[in-house]
Amino acid sequence: MDQLRGPTWLQHRRARAFERFSTTPLPTVEEEVWRYSRIPELDLGVYRPHTGAPSGEAVPDGLQPVLDTVEERAALVVVHNGSVVHVDVDPNAAADGLEVGRLADLDPEGAALGTVTGEASGAFSLLHDAFVADPVLVRVRPGLVVDAPVVVLHWTDGSGLATFPHLVVQAGDNSDVVVYDHSGSADVDALVLPVVELAAAPASRLRYVNAQLLGQRVWQLGRQLSRGQRDARLSTSMVALGGGYARLEVESTLAGRGASGEMLAVYFGEGNQMHDFRTLQDHEAPKTMSDLLFKGAVQGRSRSVYTGMIHIGKQAAGVDAFQTNRNIKLSDGAWAESVPNLEIENNDVRCSHASAVGPVDEDQRYYLESRGVPPARAERLIVLGFFEDVLERLAVPGAVPALRSEITAKLDRRDVEVAR
Amino acid sequence: MAELVVSGLRAAVGGKEILRGVDLTVRSGEVHAVMGPNGSGKSTLAHVIMGRPGYEVLGGSVTLDGTDILVLEPWQRAAAGLFSAMQYPTEVPGVALDDVLEEALAAVGRGGDDVQARMRAEAERIGFDERFLHRPLNVDLSGGEKKRNETLQLGVLRPSIAILDEIDSGLDIDALRKVARRVEAETEERGLGVLAITHYRRLLSELRADVVHVLSRGRIVATGGPELAEELESTGYAGFADDEAEGQVDVMPGLRESFEG
Repeated sequence: MDQLRGPTWLQHRRARAFERFSTTPLPTVEEEVWRYSRIPELDLGVYRPHTGAPSGEAVPDGLQPVLDTVEERAALVVVHNGSVVHVDVDPNAAADGLEVGRLADLDPEGAALGTVTGEASGAFSLLHDAFVADPVLVRVRPGLVVDAPVVVLHWTDGSGLATFPHLVVQAGDNSDVVVYDHSGSADVDALVLPVVELAAAPASRLRYVNAQLLGQRVWQLGRQLSRGQRDARLSTSMVALGGGYARLEVESTLAGRGASGEMLAVYFGEGNQMHDFRTLQDHEAPKTMSDLLFKGAVQGRSRSVYTGMIHIGKQAAGVDAFQTNRNIKLSDGAWAESVPNLEIENNDVRCSHASAVGPVDEDQRYYLESRGVPPARAERLIVLGFFEDVLERLAVPGAVPALRSEITAKLDRRDVEVAR
Repeated sequence: MAELVVSGLRAAVGGKEILRGVDLTVRSGEVHAVMGPNGSGKSTLAHVIMGRPGYEVLGGSVTLDGTDILVLEPWQRAAAGLFSAMQYPTEVPGVALDDVLEEALAAVGRGGDDVQARMRAEAERIGFDERFLHRPLNVDLSGGEKKRNETLQLGVLRPSIAILDEIDSGLDIDALRKVARRVEAETEERGLGVLAITHYRRLLSELRADVVHVLSRGRIVATGGPELAEELESTGYAGFADDEAEGQVDVMPGLRESFEG
């Protein structure tokens, strides 16, 4: 514990969290939100937190290709094994009022930390707070339109490491910002517990895109929480291709009248991977709108879980809330579960949810085959096409070709699997 | 010289026998029309020849240049030179036409073809909007645009035998004329053989048929020249009903009206 650096308030915060963690039981699959999860397989004892000094200022080699895909950026932060090793803010953007860097530097009292998550409760939230090394803050001055993405890159490469990245984005009134958060790792056994807090002030537009390309032996237990004030426009997108067991809880709270939240995801598992998404669209205020589209595919023996909840509060009249989850099952050994839920306390709402798990559409495949496209190639086109309507909506178009290539590479590995 | 031979073909859908012994032969350069009322098995014939899942072959054979194609996968039938323009082309979200055609040509070793240029040239010939070439297949296209899209694919893929299932439906008269001209050009210049399935004679006023077959209750009950289509116009299909169909005097009153109108 003592080796973790940072200001006194952060040290105290860690200590309090650790104390509470010590008396909080780990969740079990008996709890609905952990149902189907791999949590019984987790052995926390095999991991150790990274407490040493940051390992140099260099951008890890594994991230270099990512940098090339987002050459135009308003700021760059590189987080290596949980510690900030590199911060670079475009001077013009900085002069306009974009602040990006170590939260400990930009926010001496630590007031920004936990503003969206609130007081930590569950075991993993407490564990995160107990070991969070070096939170990152992105703060956008009211009225500022940041015209290139803020790029935050996370890299984990220590075998047996547990890392606890934390990102806070605060978009001021009437501001507009895109944040691209890329999470990658070497092929190591590691545990990553990331937390992302997105705070959208009145009439702001905050778009967050997360690419998760962790190695397939890495476990992720992540949380991403966003809160939109009056007339704020929030958008969060996830492209989850990596991880062994990769879980993400995504909660979007529309707290101010007229706020809207778009939630998009693409996930694609192979081998023994498992992607596990738990979403909450929480409408606290009237005239709020949420629209969720999560699309997944499973091949090999991979698994996926999507469970989603739409909650409409008593005060939330005139709400539109939509939730769609579609999954393609590409092999007999793969498994996908989709569980949509609604909890409505106000009658003046327009709500819909749809979910599906199934193989590649037979009619679509036949159509392509009847043109002369061999079955494996036809399925590959259809799966790429299935993901395309999410990919083309990502707020960081420059990053999309590389992500599409990752998906293609997975499909190529499937062809090898099938041919065997 | 290509030759599609359908011989004694019997097929069922959902356990119900729809084709009850169909015989016909289409050779290079020939245009055969198959006409018949709804439910006579016209589309089933197209699907069975192309190998659509869900259709069970009970007997008979289909060969292309002597090769049994019923044992081939649909894509292999396409690779062998068959093309089927569908009555209701499937929407394939997120998949662009050019990607599909490139994959299809690569599968038969024609990956070197300049697909983009070919597509543009074909689009021009039949008045198909170029914007659609890179858009998801058939998504948000009108019925007529889908039919032009099928015709465009025919032009790029260059099959030896094409089955056109109600290619005329959804097309206005100008579009139908362009599509028919395009198909005819293929028959004349490359010797494409055509099996055109249609409900109405309208198609045959634009696409000249060498042979007309009347399909009724899963059998070809009459075969003749273009004059057969004219005869149909005055008598309707009832006059061609086979023995079992007797008693169903007016098989398609709606069709008759449209001929009279």
